[in-house]
Amino acid sequence: MNWKIPAALLVVALAYPLVFRGNFAINFGVLVLFFALIGQAWNIAGGFGGQLSFGHAVFFGTGAYCSTILQLKLGWSPWSGLAASAGAGALVGALIAALSFRFGLRGSYFALITLAFAEAFRILTNALEFTGGGVGLLLPLKRSALNFQFAERIGFYYTILALTAISIGIAIWLQRSRFGARLAAIRENEDAARALGIDTFREKVKVMALSGALCALGGTFYAQYYLYIDPAVVFGVDKSVEMLLVSMIGGTGTVYGPLIGSLLLTLVGEYTRAITDAQGLSLIIYGSLLILIIGFLPNGLVDLFKLRWRRKARA
Amino acid sequence: MLEVRGLSKIFGGLRAVDSASLDVAEGTIAGLIGPNGAGKTTLFAALTGFLAPDEGSVRFRGEDITGRPPHLICRHGMVRTFQVTQPFAHLSVRENIMVGAYLHTPERALASARAEAIARQVGMADLLERTAAGLTVAGRKRLELARALATQPKLLLLDEVMAGLNPPEIDELIPVIQGIRSSGVTVFLIEHVMQAVMSLAENVYVLSYGKIIAQGAPRQLAADPVVIEAYLGHGAAQRIAATAHA
Repeated sequence: MNWKIPAALLVVALAYPLVFRGNFAINFGVLVLFFALIGQAWNIAGGFGGQLSFGHAVFFGTGAYCSTILQLKLGWSPWSGLAASAGAGALVGALIAALSFRFGLRGSYFALITLAFAEAFRILTNALEFTGGGVGLLLPLKRSALNFQFAERIGFYYTILALTAISIGIAIWLQRSRFGARLAAIRENEDAARALGIDTFREKVKVMALSGALCALGGTFYAQYYLYIDPAVVFGVDKSVEMLLVSMIGGTGTVYGPLIGSLLLTLVGEYTRAITDAQGLSLIIYGSLLILIIGFLPNGLVDLFKLRWRRKARA
Repeated sequence: MLEVRGLSKIFGGLRAVDSASLDVAEGTIAGLIGPNGAGKTTLFAALTGFLAPDEGSVRFRGEDITGRPPHLICRHGMVRTFQVTQPFAHLSVRENIMVGAYLHTPERALASARAEAIARQVGMADLLERTAAGLTVAGRKRLELARALATQPKLLLLDEVMAGLNPPEIDELIPVIQGIRSSGVTVFLIEHVMQAVMSLAENVYVLSYGKIIAQGAPRQLAADPVVIEAYLGHGAAQRIAATAHA
């Protein structure tokens, strides 16, 4: 195992906010890591496990609402809320997986059912008084690290760095463990996996729970960073698409794909907005770039790195 | 070791397997032959839990395993290969075999070492790092065999591992299968390649329209022109007679 890449990345990530101290730069770093986290959450189920989900926002929203409601109604610390939301995300993931896979849903049917679940959760939170309805929930401003509301953005940066590092650590473990090998087998050929003694139902439920837990962590982080959530944002289709997009642009089923995808998409998203005032132009640039990448690098940006390595190996 | 009694699998009005009964004794190589569409693969699928039998029972190593799911049957020691090879296409040969080896160990290093040993046993040691999608038909057939072996089965069900291979490749694979039996694994194989059935199997069942219609030593069945004409097609009797004289 080559530990040089993750170690170097970690050093760079740790040093980044010390070198670039501006609010814009640190906010940029937070966004890259945040999308890398939820992209990795999607990638663990969709890329490693081959269970393509179109509704991962259901876990994101569950996490955001879980920790926020625990704070507002029961006075929990958001840090305990973070742990609780991981549990809630895992539970919702396992539940959706168990229901879907019990009835043999695969491929696009599974994608559709996850989309339906996310929409159902969005409509429910929109309707219930308990969740604040369509108005959403506002967290009171109480700046303190104990309250997961850092006075300096750098606190958020290191928090999201820790969460993202965990998600990448899990991806590395998946590449090297029996669980990961079984997921790859299920992704490649489910019947052959069953023939070789793999309880495919169980493994798929497990991976959805894992993915749901990670995604819910992202949801809690989002709630603490913006201090406001509403159903349309945290359970919306946009969130689901953002997650699978960073993963696909970077490279699904790879350890660093979501990070690379997130870096590029955040860069493009933020800078096109910064350089032009023309309404919609940033979206046009963003969209064109997506088309180019999907057209020329269907396996994602990680292919660029692989090409370089192969050339080096040949030289 | 394997006792099948009155096994039926019904699809609508079609009895794909019709009260089939058979036994496979421990340490032997048994064969299952029959014309295309006779129900051989359906029978294998019903034995290994891929299809739930509608009637009858399957006993394996003293336990009734009728209707158990495939992964539990595999863990109990019976594993099948697929007639249409089902490789984990984007994984390497080593990773493919490791999936089977992981059944008995969570250790990566152990699974990898086991994969290497099995690759040597089936003659694919040179191909370990190749991607499964890039293998030839012969390579894929061997990979099916290797993956199944990696689960350390007591009984190996081989569904036409020889199909699509050329004669030299068949000659290479026959000793491999004999070697598997000598290592203590009982083998039950579906085969159209008569050369393989003749040289491997000690006891052969003949399936036609879902029914077991004959059973015996391959020579004995081969010498029975009625069986040959009825189940292997016209002219087969002459061909086999010719090989016997040659």
